Amino acid sequence: MNANRWMRWVWPAVPIAGALVVTSLLLILFGAAPLEAFQAMYQGAFGDQSKILSVMAFWIPLLLASTGLLITFRAGLWNIGIEGQIVVGALAASWVALSLDAPAAVLITLEIVAAMLAGALWAALSAVFKTRGNVHEIFSGLALNSIAIILTNYLISGPWQPPEGGTFRGTAPFQPAALLPLYENSRFSPLSLILAVIAFILVVIALRGTFWGLKLKAIGKNLRSAFLLGVSSEREMILAMMFCGALAGLGGAVRTLSWFDSLRQSISGGIGFMALLVVMLSNYRIFLVPPIAFFFSMVLNGSITLQLRTQLHSSLGGILTELMVLFVLLFGDWAKLGFSRKKDDDG
Amino acid sequence: MHIELRDIRKYFGPVKANDGINLVFEGGRIYGLLGENGAGKSTLMKILSGYQSPDSGQVIFDGQTQNFSSPADALDKGIGMLYQDPLDVPAFSVKDNYLLGRDRRFVLNYQSASHELQEMTARFDFQLDLQTTIDNLSLGERQQLELARLLVGGAQVLILDEPTTGISAEQKEVLFDSMRKLAREEGKTLILVSHKLDEVQELCDHAVVLRRGELVGETDIPCPNEKLVEMMFGQIPERSARPEYDKGETVLELVDLRVPTYRLTIQDINLVVRAGEVFGLAGLEGSGQRLVLQACAGLLHPDQGKILLADQDVSGWPYHRMQSAGMGYLAAGRLEEGLIAGLTLEEHVELAKPKHSFFVKRKELYSKTETKIEQFQIVGRPDSNADELSGGNQQRLLFALLRDNLKLILLEHPTRGLDVRSSNWIWDQLYLRREEGTAILFMSADLDEIFERSDRIAVFSGGVMSRVLDTKDTSVDEIGHLIGGQA
Repeated sequence: MNANRWMRWVWPAVPIAGALVVTSLLLILFGAAPLEAFQAMYQGAFGDQSKILSVMAFWIPLLLASTGLLITFRAGLWNIGIEGQIVVGALAASWVALSLDAPAAVLITLEIVAAMLAGALWAALSAVFKTRGNVHEIFSGLALNSIAIILTNYLISGPWQPPEGGTFRGTAPFQPAALLPLYENSRFSPLSLILAVIAFILVVIALRGTFWGLKLKAIGKNLRSAFLLGVSSEREMILAMMFCGALAGLGGAVRTLSWFDSLRQSISGGIGFMALLVVMLSNYRIFLVPPIAFFFSMVLNGSITLQLRTQLHSSLGGILTELMVLFVLLFGDWAKLGFSRKKDDDG
Repeated sequence: MHIELRDIRKYFGPVKANDGINLVFEGGRIYGLLGENGAGKSTLMKILSGYQSPDSGQVIFDGQTQNFSSPADALDKGIGMLYQDPLDVPAFSVKDNYLLGRDRRFVLNYQSASHELQEMTARFDFQLDLQTTIDNLSLGERQQLELARLLVGGAQVLILDEPTTGISAEQKEVLFDSMRKLAREEGKTLILVSHKLDEVQELCDHAVVLRRGELVGETDIPCPNEKLVEMMFGQIPERSARPEYDKGETVLELVDLRVPTYRLTIQDINLVVRAGEVFGLAGLEGSGQRLVLQACAGLLHPDQGKILLADQDVSGWPYHRMQSAGMGYLAAGRLEEGLIAGLTLEEHVELAKPKHSFFVKRKELYSKTETKIEQFQIVGRPDSNADELSGGNQQRLLFALLRDNLKLILLEHPTRGLDVRSSNWIWDQLYLRREEGTAILFMSADLDEIFERSDRIAVFSGGVMSRVLDTKDTSVDEIGHLIGGQA
């Protein structure tokens, strides 16, 4: 059994190595040198200080969204709507930034509160559709994602368009007091890192130590039994979705107030979907989430340099990360691969 | 066919399910395979029927060593197993199910299928409607269909796993008659897996007893019951006596209750259960008794009539409110409606507590769980997962999770699948509860259990409730008639 336990710990490295091998083969197929490409990617991520800060800045909203998803996944919910929750968070933060005049501290606090509230309410919609209307959260989430994006497009080409005229690209830059304080000349905001760390710690405590975390686990594993044991499944599901939505909304605020300086058309940049992949790759192990999110951020930022240096398209980074997820889903669970037989019931 | 099992071993981790079993089965005889829960009966039969392979040992048919790749492979070689829950597909028609896995051509031959099925049903007096779908059949009818499928598939050896659980007395007679016919007239080998001694005595020629994975005895039938019990348990367990009780206040009262559901509507339900009383609901599965329990639990809501709990009108109260009002409900499916696979015993204990603090107090919880484990004699640790427990231990865990000082306990099949000793233990716990003034309302497919345990009995048949019978003034025979719908 020790060999088995040992395998269980080492095994997660195998699908990652597999993804690297397949990506290398793809590169060779297109006549590129894999080693050179990976080197370019590494240079793009860690080449100099500004690149490292850029990786950090991209990492934080992704980490916030992934952290929120740990809660919904624990409750057995597929919060595909996280993308829309990030977008409405950004919308709410932009609304405060565009419509209020106040000192930076007040403005930023209000922006963050508004973003978290908006994300939570957007997520609550999906949850209520599920508990009251019997609509699966995947479908309502997809619909709400589209609506959030359409709403963004309407706002930036209509009421919030810049003075020089709507371009579908974004609003005019916000007033400086509305933006998060940045580290030197980068897009990285230390404040956002603090918030993300607090959020992560809260989630760790909630899942590991609280009764609420236990209720979510029970719901996620067996809704009917949890209900019969006394768990109010409707309330907990709505709360779980709102918790995740609040963190996603915060991520949206970080995107719009530090990565960008205005509301843009693709404000999320697919971070929500990426966060789903991060959590799946971690196999729902909490402490694997921050490093994996960081790795994703590294690969995606590195790919930009890759395109500049070599003739390869930057989507290579996307291919690499998504192959990893695929490999993890296929081979990730050593216990389920059938090398070690599970105990059978004996009556 | 002459079957020999030679030194069969099968271990699941530290558990020795089969530990060197040697057995011989001859053609033309009916064998009873006995043993308490977890004795290794199912494992042995799964090995014989190709569902599992042994860690070591040989299965030999007429001198030839066999190595099955699957149950279908085993059936090709003449071994058929009838599972407790027949392996059929509910939405399929009877004929489709029959052909499933048998007819391997592209176009199914329905004509020959009906022909074969008709021949089978006529030969064994099966009452099988060939035009319907599986979900309209009772468990007994599904069993008959599966039996026909196995026989036409060429089974020379038939293994029946607890075949009489949940079927009617009449269906049981038909089943036993056909088993006798198969053994006496066709020389087939039949193996009945059971822990009901009466059935083994009635049907079998020879009994084989397993205990803790080992063969502990064989005997020709008939033999004294005591001998079998001693082989099964090592010692004869005392039948738990039913202590007398003092009837207390009315705890539960149902007045002209009507509960409509998609499949069945029950109406005009009137009954009273008093503190300290055990009230049994008899009837075939799906006759309406489960609806009564679910209505009392607040899981189904009546559209007419009233439910009174301790003189308070609780009709329409949701389940969790009923729970706080002192109602405890145990459903039949242990891992579907009660326990959560993947959660530990500790976590179950924490979830089931009536009051909670924000943080889980791990140390306190651990010692509390240890106490429960000891008190309820559960074989497991506080950090074992509930799905790792055996069926009997899962049932004990469910009882451990019931809150204290309940007014009313509702039970579906409280001892289904448990051996005599575990059942007695469960009922002893329930008797303790009723000394606290708890009223117990339960349903069971086991008529003996209803008869032995209840103070009063009501029988359901097709959604209609019989008059309430006092156990002292009725007989199994009378209840049997009522179950069949004969008033």
